[in-house]
Amino acid sequence: MKPSVKRFTQHPLFWPTITLALLLIVSSVFNPSFLALTWREGHLYGSVIDILNRAAPLMVVALGMTLVIAVRGLDISVGAVVAISATVAALMIGGSFSATGEVQSAHPLWLALATALAVAAACGLWNGLLVVKAGMQPIVATLILMVAGRGIAQLLTGGQIITVYYAPFFVLGNGYFLGLPVALWIAASLWIALHLLLSRTALGLFVRSIGGNPEAARVAGVRSSAITLCVYTFCGLAAGVAGLIVSSNVKSADANNAGQLLELDAILAVTLGGTALTGGRFTLAGTVIGALIIQTLTSMIYSLGVPPEVNLVVKSALVFTVMMLQSAEFRQLVARIARPNPSLQGNRR
Amino acid sequence: MNSPAVVLQARDISRAFPGVQALSGAQLTLRAGEVHALMGQNGAGKSTLIKILTGVYAPDAGVIELLGQPITPESPIHAQELGISAVHQESHLLPNLSVAENICAGRYPRRPWTRGGGIDWRETERRAAELLANLGIKLDVTQLAGPLPAALQQLATVARAVSTDARVLILDEPTSSLDADEVQALFGLIRRLRDKGVAILFVTHFLDQVYEVCDRMTILRNGRFVGEYACARLDAHGLVAAMVGREIATAERPPAAETPAGSASAPAVLSARNLSRRGQLKPMDLELRAGEVLGLAGLLGSGRGELARLLFALDDRDSGDIAIDGQPAEIDDPADALRLGLGFCPEDRKHSGIVADLSVRENIALALQARMGLTKFLTLAEQRQIATKLVDALGIKTASIETPIGQLSGGNQQKAIIARWLATHPRVLILDEPTRGIDVAAKQELMSGILDLARGGTAVLFISAEIDEVVRVSDRILVMRDRAKAGELPRGATEDEVYSVIAASHQP
Repeated sequence: MKPSVKRFTQHPLFWPTITLALLLIVSSVFNPSFLALTWREGHLYGSVIDILNRAAPLMVVALGMTLVIAVRGLDISVGAVVAISATVAALMIGGSFSATGEVQSAHPLWLALATALAVAAACGLWNGLLVVKAGMQPIVATLILMVAGRGIAQLLTGGQIITVYYAPFFVLGNGYFLGLPVALWIAASLWIALHLLLSRTALGLFVRSIGGNPEAARVAGVRSSAITLCVYTFCGLAAGVAGLIVSSNVKSADANNAGQLLELDAILAVTLGGTALTGGRFTLAGTVIGALIIQTLTSMIYSLGVPPEVNLVVKSALVFTVMMLQSAEFRQLVARIARPNPSLQGNRR
Repeated sequence: MNSPAVVLQARDISRAFPGVQALSGAQLTLRAGEVHALMGQNGAGKSTLIKILTGVYAPDAGVIELLGQPITPESPIHAQELGISAVHQESHLLPNLSVAENICAGRYPRRPWTRGGGIDWRETERRAAELLANLGIKLDVTQLAGPLPAALQQLATVARAVSTDARVLILDEPTSSLDADEVQALFGLIRRLRDKGVAILFVTHFLDQVYEVCDRMTILRNGRFVGEYACARLDAHGLVAAMVGREIATAERPPAAETPAGSASAPAVLSARNLSRRGQLKPMDLELRAGEVLGLAGLLGSGRGELARLLFALDDRDSGDIAIDGQPAEIDDPADALRLGLGFCPEDRKHSGIVADLSVRENIALALQARMGLTKFLTLAEQRQIATKLVDALGIKTASIETPIGQLSGGNQQKAIIARWLATHPRVLILDEPTRGIDVAAKQELMSGILDLARGGTAVLFISAEIDEVVRVSDRILVMRDRAKAGELPRGATEDEVYSVIAASHQP
């Protein structure tokens, strides 16, 4: 292979991008109008836009997860934090009909949103404290909030689904700005902001050194504990943002089901994107592609008309295929089978 | 005496890595019942040659013959099956398994299916015990490996390596974490294996050990074969000259008149009073003046490393006040120490020094960036400039400053970690065993570097297990013993004087 081609194929984003492209091609084979975009009612309309819109909450959560994983952590409580944030916002906005038939918000919208985000950030901080100060294993520390968080959300709602009637809130999950979904704008700005933060300040270097060798980072004078705390807090905050988008989209908060299993999708998105679960090496762009892969898969399953009862099996089969495609070992195996008489010399590291 | 039979012969071995020709035309001949030393500086190609012999890398060119038959080891396990076993500096036992389980790992004896199949633990223990007994190692095989002293673990590792009927045993710096008595125990084992007819390849940076245990040596320089010598025919001076390819000047403190005036009376930059940590260091005082090298001498376990870790707040102290320039300083974690102008090169560079995945540039910039904080970001150009300057100044051998530091040889990694601290222009630099595991020439360069640093006004705390190094560079020597200060010696003290302070404890 030519060196230039090799550099291209060895780029960390090569295989995630190929995977996404393949999925899009397969989708458009089954559904010829899949890639079609039309302009309707002042915004873009089409399956691709739909996927981008629906992938937004996952992208937001997975971006937070990327940083946590990059510092050798894990946060399996993000789904529960989505539910908490959604519940807090829905309760504070509520919505009652005034005498004129106009819907009023119980609290100002900004206050409701800020409170929901603050609660979510506090959840993240709690996780971070358990990991950094109490020295718990990340998976155990966040397991606590994963279970307790949904319980808290259910307590707050009394087990009911809280419906929101206050229309301005719906903009987050259903609105459009400059022809594109607001949720997508939120996810994209978060991505860009995070990218700038990591590349224009020393945060990226610190995160990679903590993930690469925490003890060496500490000896070099990096404030590992403080940075790790911030990263968990940010992950909680990101889950809070996702909670707002989700509840705004369905115009209600369901403590039982909001963000259900989102933590697994988020971890999957991070992995698909090429971030090492062992910490140190991470890619935000990869995570965004990973989230899009997952949402494209989900949409594909729906559009193929797969019956709901086999939905999960089909999804896991597709995830399996995608993971195999991205596994360097598996690709080597295929190459070796395809080439029956490989030379024994060379090609080893 | 007849010339012993050749067991392994490697001819014209070459291997290139991106940007580096690691080996070109290397030769090696190992004979039955001989201990053979492989000598060379860091980056001479020793590790690469060993990795080729053990099947980690494939050679680009060259032939390996075992008992006259050409072989191509494809993996360490394959090499082991062929009869080539290796013990690496960092090949450890699994701490959560017993000695017997470790020794038989991967080849557990099975019970016949008539008795339920599965692993025959009794047989496992019997085999392990028999193996150790044959090698003259006294060790209870049912013990967990983790809590054993490093030396016993090392002996068990060697035993495991030869348990596969190895004809060739490669020992890659097996003594670097052992003290004198432990080294002797290992040498005893090496001699017994030699007498059983095993061909042993011994890699070390300790010249005296080469002359103590080896029969022949092969010298490599810059990936090339320099020559094979009988140890009796080449003295240490000739060996070093062959390794570096030139005569080396020994770093020595210049006579008193040449040192900056008054470093002895200069005010203390760093002072610690009543510093202690339970089980690690008994309360002690310490003063470090600008422009001086304070040597810290003592045996393993004397508390020398522990003192350094407490000064840099890597461990929490139970008591002790630290002052910088006479002002009380709050040093509660390494970040505080860094902010106050301290630097610390840790003893274990793999575990607490390098971030292997990051580039040389990033590793060098790390501490300076940590001190500047999050927002004052060193631009890429600034990082490159700093890294390039230090790579040149310290003579760090790397394909580029963007190479991941994990790919550098040990001595160059060590230099890069020192570069990391030089980038911060520290007022106090603590060097914990900076010369461990690096070659003679690099050691000399490093020690001259330390002296230059002190002349520039930095206070240096130099810790080394090699008393001769401490004696050579220090203005004052603090001798540690039993986790406390045992005494202090002025510049010019001899090794014997240091030893007598250490030994004083053994007199009632």
